[in-house]
Amino acid sequence: MTPSIPKLLLICGALSSLTACGDRESDFGRPLERRSQPVELVLLEDGRPDPEVLAVDQFIRRGNGEEPETLDPHLAEGVSAAHILRDLFEGLTTESSEGEINPGAALRWNISRDARTYTFYLRRDLTWSNGEPLNAEDFVFSLRRVLSPETASSTSRTLLPILNAREVLAGELPVEDLGIALLDEFTLQITLTGPTPYFLGLLASPVAFPVNRGNLEELGDQFSRSGQLVSNGAYILQEWVPRVRIDLRKNPEYREAGQILIDRVSYIPTEDRATEIKQFRAGELDWTYEVPNNQFKWLQRYYPEELVVSPWMGSYFFGFNLTQEPFIDNPSLRMALSLAVDREIITDKVTQFGEQPSFSLVPPGIDGYVPFAPEYADWTQEEREHESRRLYEQAGYSDEWPLRVEIRYNTGDNHKKIALAVASMWKQILGVNATLVNEEFRVFLQNRKQKLITQVFRVGWISDYNDPYSFLELFLTGNGQNDYGYSNSTFDALLEEVGLERVRARRERLMFEAERVLMSDHVIIPIYTYVTKRLVNPHLRGWQSNVMDTHPTRYMFKLKARENPSGEGASQ
Amino acid sequence: MRQEGLLRHAAVRLLGLIPTLLVLITIAFFLIRMAPGGPFDGEKVLPPEIRANLDANYHLDEPLLQQYFRYLGQIITGDFGPSFQYKDWTVNELIAQGFPVSATVGGLAMLLAFVLGTLIGTVAALRQNTAVDYSVMGVAMLGISIPNFVVAPLLILGLAVYAGWLPAGGWDWSWQRMILPVITLALPAIAYIARLTRGSMIEVLHSNYIRTARAKGLPESLVIRRHAFKPAILPVISYMGPATAALITGSVVVERIYSIPGLGSYFVQGALNRDYTLVMGVVVFYGVVIVVLNFIVDLLYAWLNPRIRYSEAP
Repeated sequence: MTPSIPKLLLICGALSSLTACGDRESDFGRPLERRSQPVELVLLEDGRPDPEVLAVDQFIRRGNGEEPETLDPHLAEGVSAAHILRDLFEGLTTESSEGEINPGAALRWNISRDARTYTFYLRRDLTWSNGEPLNAEDFVFSLRRVLSPETASSTSRTLLPILNAREVLAGELPVEDLGIALLDEFTLQITLTGPTPYFLGLLASPVAFPVNRGNLEELGDQFSRSGQLVSNGAYILQEWVPRVRIDLRKNPEYREAGQILIDRVSYIPTEDRATEIKQFRAGELDWTYEVPNNQFKWLQRYYPEELVVSPWMGSYFFGFNLTQEPFIDNPSLRMALSLAVDREIITDKVTQFGEQPSFSLVPPGIDGYVPFAPEYADWTQEEREHESRRLYEQAGYSDEWPLRVEIRYNTGDNHKKIALAVASMWKQILGVNATLVNEEFRVFLQNRKQKLITQVFRVGWISDYNDPYSFLELFLTGNGQNDYGYSNSTFDALLEEVGLERVRARRERLMFEAERVLMSDHVIIPIYTYVTKRLVNPHLRGWQSNVMDTHPTRYMFKLKARENPSGEGASQ
Repeated sequence: MRQEGLLRHAAVRLLGLIPTLLVLITIAFFLIRMAPGGPFDGEKVLPPEIRANLDANYHLDEPLLQQYFRYLGQIITGDFGPSFQYKDWTVNELIAQGFPVSATVGGLAMLLAFVLGTLIGTVAALRQNTAVDYSVMGVAMLGISIPNFVVAPLLILGLAVYAGWLPAGGWDWSWQRMILPVITLALPAIAYIARLTRGSMIEVLHSNYIRTARAKGLPESLVIRRHAFKPAILPVISYMGPATAALITGSVVVERIYSIPGLGSYFVQGALNRDYTLVMGVVVFYGVVIVVLNFIVDLLYAWLNPRIRYSEAP
């Protein structure tokens, strides 16, 4: 009736070896597909690429992760939506290809002596994609829309530095009382509650983009659909097929339309990273959203030209719950646990996707800030482990009386691997009995927030804006994000000073000092700082790696292929 | 008489749909609300003022029972409400966009599975305990035991990345993009149907009326087609009801791997994001589809099996 047992075994044996080599194909095989090579880039005198070297069809396809939740710039939250919105809209300021803040719709601006009042002078020839003129009133309308309670925008938190924003959001004051004033048709004044050095950067983010009033009033919450959206950026929305693609084409009304080389860009949702890589390899994508962690080494070996890795403004760390035993008032135990973690092993052997081992909270490269590095950052791991054991015993633990602790994380391969590695390092070096607790994301968040059953938990923080303050403020007493129960009046006082300081160098020193206080209290165990990693078609140029990971299409262009590719068929 | 009984049966079954769905909606509504966290909880905590605005906007600040009745009232008019996650679309629109895709891929897969499955099963039954039987059923065994998430990447790698014959993923309603997902979805169903058909075909072939049919001199091919096939596929039909419902409402795994914009991922995404309206919408929709398909299976049963009658005994 059914195949005999040995036969079944044989089939299954063959099958398992087949799936093993199929699934992990990327760990062994070298890629077999053909790849075309671009011609050499030749620049003209004005720094623009020679039209001779450009591909005829200036069309690119960008893998874009999850389907964007909306293209309403004031409601969109995700990174996927932000990539598209940066092509569709332009704020008062905008980002260069290196991620630096440049004039956008505003030609120039003045900042008052107390650093609280910004006056923006708009360009006079701006138009919307439907040809209507765009002026300061559009920005007043848009900023008021974001901050009015009815809009219910969760990203409006980014604009809280604006005077009275909190009161308006709470419905206590009308939107007219916001610190936003129209001086004349092309001049706009924004008043803040305190000096906010990163404010110009905030204005380049989607939440501060202008929306067209007529468009919105006519179509309501459907204004951001294809064929209807009026925008002011380098591209306009041509077609949006949900979860299939979002097509943009060049906006002829854009102020620098003549400089833009890419005519059309298609954003393709790529929920599955492994599939995204295959689409890239099959030539269906020019740019991936990410690459799968488990294929990093393989990609590094076989796609060195395509693989782009660069620092990102995010930190991955473990936090302690300071409101529960055993971590209340026990900095030496916390330090012991921190020192016992070998960051190099985690990034090199466990996660293996190019992250940078870290001993501080703030990642490097954020707006020129140099993060605080503790003394032990320069020690060898043996020295750290030696000190770790000394502190562990000092805290009253030993082989006979080992620490028992739970490491809590949300479901995810990477989180699990790291927690497992940390637990085994603790076990090996200190004899700690650590248990791993895995929870669904929102259950995890709730437990972390309640601070009742957590002990050690994982945290990943990716900043909203290019300023170390966005990392430090998480540890303020009573901050909604303070899942550690940390409260240090010195730290709080330092951050308050940071909020009032206008001089950049002094402000940086204050933040450095605050980070030092925080790190000396051992509230967290820094593990690594994030990097962005993706595959980019070597034909695609004009973009630059930057810590903000913003890559507007308007700076890009595509080179044509070499006519007689010398390395045809070769994968190296 | 038979016609009338069938109609009454149909009417009763259709009415029975209403309490079934009501129970389904109620359980689903309270289950998803019991899950910790809400649609606006994320790694980044919202300031209380903003949180209050969002809750008010989506009526989450009302007592749960009030929300439940509000939702029931909405659903009666056929409105599933706006999605929490995909803010530009209503749940109705998302289902209207996703279902045709899932239904096409799933329907084609089911069709393929039915044709190939019954064919393979019949062949195996006729050549029972021969090399043909073993090899065909061995392959079917493979089909059942290799999971989708292994088959799909292998197919993409071979046929799309290396051979370049088919696209690696994405969707535009072209047949090229349907081939791989349809095959991936159909494989386990083919295997399952083949095994069901083989088993029941062997049983039927041993029954008395088949012996009678053969005894009166009918050619074997006619015996199979006219007398054996219909009763033999009865178990297949009862399997196909829920299986078709599952396939045409989309498979999460296959949709993710092939980047297909179907309904399947909404189940998982909606639940993980606590997108209450989306989860409810797809659950209710799935409920309706499964009840309707079971209903159709019932009718098919009556048509295929002369022993089943929905009329009262005379």
